[in-house]
Amino acid sequence: MSSKILMKGNKAIAQAAINAGLQCYFGYPITPQNEIGEFMSDEMPKLGRTYISAESELAAVNMLIGAASTGTLSMTSSSSCAIALMQEAISAMATAEIPGVIISVMRAGPGLGNITPSQGDYFQATKGGGNGDYRTIVLAPSNINEAVELTYKTFYLAFKYRNPAMLLADGMIGQMMEPVELKPFNLKIPDTSTWAADGVGEGAAKRPSRKLVSLHMQGDDLPKLNAKLQHKYNQIQENEVLYEEFMTDDADILITAFGTVGRMARSAVLKARKQGIKAGLFRPITLWPFPSEQLKSSAQGKKAILDIELNEGQMMLDIKAAIEGACPVELISKLGGEIVKEHEIMEKLLRMTSQKEAVKC
Amino acid sequence: MNPDNEKHIIIAGFGGQGVLFAGTILAEAAIAEGKNTTWIPSYGAEMRGGSANCFVVISDNEIPSPIFDEADYGIFLSKAAINRFENIVAKNGTAFVNSSMTGKRAERQDINYVTEPLSDISAHSPEKRFLNIMALGLLIKKTGILTKESVIKALEKVSSAKKPEFLKFNLASFEAGYSLV
Repeated sequence: MSSKILMKGNKAIAQAAINAGLQCYFGYPITPQNEIGEFMSDEMPKLGRTYISAESELAAVNMLIGAASTGTLSMTSSSSCAIALMQEAISAMATAEIPGVIISVMRAGPGLGNITPSQGDYFQATKGGGNGDYRTIVLAPSNINEAVELTYKTFYLAFKYRNPAMLLADGMIGQMMEPVELKPFNLKIPDTSTWAADGVGEGAAKRPSRKLVSLHMQGDDLPKLNAKLQHKYNQIQENEVLYEEFMTDDADILITAFGTVGRMARSAVLKARKQGIKAGLFRPITLWPFPSEQLKSSAQGKKAILDIELNEGQMMLDIKAAIEGACPVELISKLGGEIVKEHEIMEKLLRMTSQKEAVKC
Repeated sequence: MNPDNEKHIIIAGFGGQGVLFAGTILAEAAIAEGKNTTWIPSYGAEMRGGSANCFVVISDNEIPSPIFDEADYGIFLSKAAINRFENIVAKNGTAFVNSSMTGKRAERQDINYVTEPLSDISAHSPEKRFLNIMALGLLIKKTGILTKESVIKALEKVSSAKKPEFLKFNLASFEAGYSLV
């Protein structure tokens, strides 16, 4: 028997969070991520760690602010319409530089929508529904092994940059099982002693008191804070971009896709190659920071990009901005829980190839 | 039928028939053979309506999507299940049908049917016989997509972790299904 175990995505993500050293979990149920809370309710108390079934999503995310303010590894998990309820708190965390981790397992929207898989929250995750010039670090896994690895990375980056960070999965990743190798957590969570608001009781005697706040009324505090945040965001953009390139070097057509669609696109590239179509895959893994420079360079000399998303082309805006007109961009879009079919990708690629003289830049 | 050794199996029935468990056994057996596999159930509201189904993919290659539109094989344990999913069985694919619940039927000319009264066999057996595991026996014997040995290994692994007292009945049920055809 192999060392791989059959595990549901939601459980694997929860186990990975525990491996990373999660101390506090706060959540309120919503499909398709319920197994995360269920798993935490079993496992966290056994380890002497904190599990709280919150009275609402708003409560959960504000508990996250409280716990993470003390430098404690903490997270919440939820889905689409309930992540929507957390946006004010995410902006507040970004402003007060609190490293809260959020797991978002997307269902189909808009509104309450339904529970089927979707990627409709690309905007919500990367552009934010909260106010002001803030950023959330967003990582998108395309299979369960990667979900484990990226859960580790989400905690690491949240603490490295003192910033909210989100793992953005879809209902398929959450609900499916596949063989997983649960590698140990081997990143080092950065020291929090210089900023954590952990000076309860005797703390004040040890060092001056600290505050982590979202309201900045005095003088030029807010412009200064914004400058500091933007500087940090530039560093993240510079240093933390992750993406996968597959057979892109000699490709005529570059497929772009994230999350679960990335694995479908990868297989479509192989099938297309068998039919003589030179396709390649560029898959952003960090959705913010978006791999703009890398995509721009990969798009040079390509005849076209085919972007595939389970939404109305939300990532396509970032793609177009990144490539600065290097080649035309076409879209396959599925909405409301529909899944893209392989033959649709192949037909579109064939059509684009036969038109390639016409679409040459 | 799907090329590249990728096999799509849909298992459908109603809650309590062990649909998800049977899918898990297939996925575990695939892992035992070093293959790639995915398993995804219906979840949430649909489950609350009483129906249960799961999609299993088994492949030597990376699996693009756990959800599919065409199944090579369908295991249908209830009437509602076959009514809903018979049409996704691919041309030349095979439907494994619990005729105790669906009646004798072979509506499509372009697919094969393996029809056995699994619920009746289970009800009349002196010992516990599980229709979901009998159906796996049928599937493995007819298609050879996985070896009998790996399914037995999977049953041993999953049963001993969950309900060890059921292991002998699971093994006997699998053998019963396997020797039906």
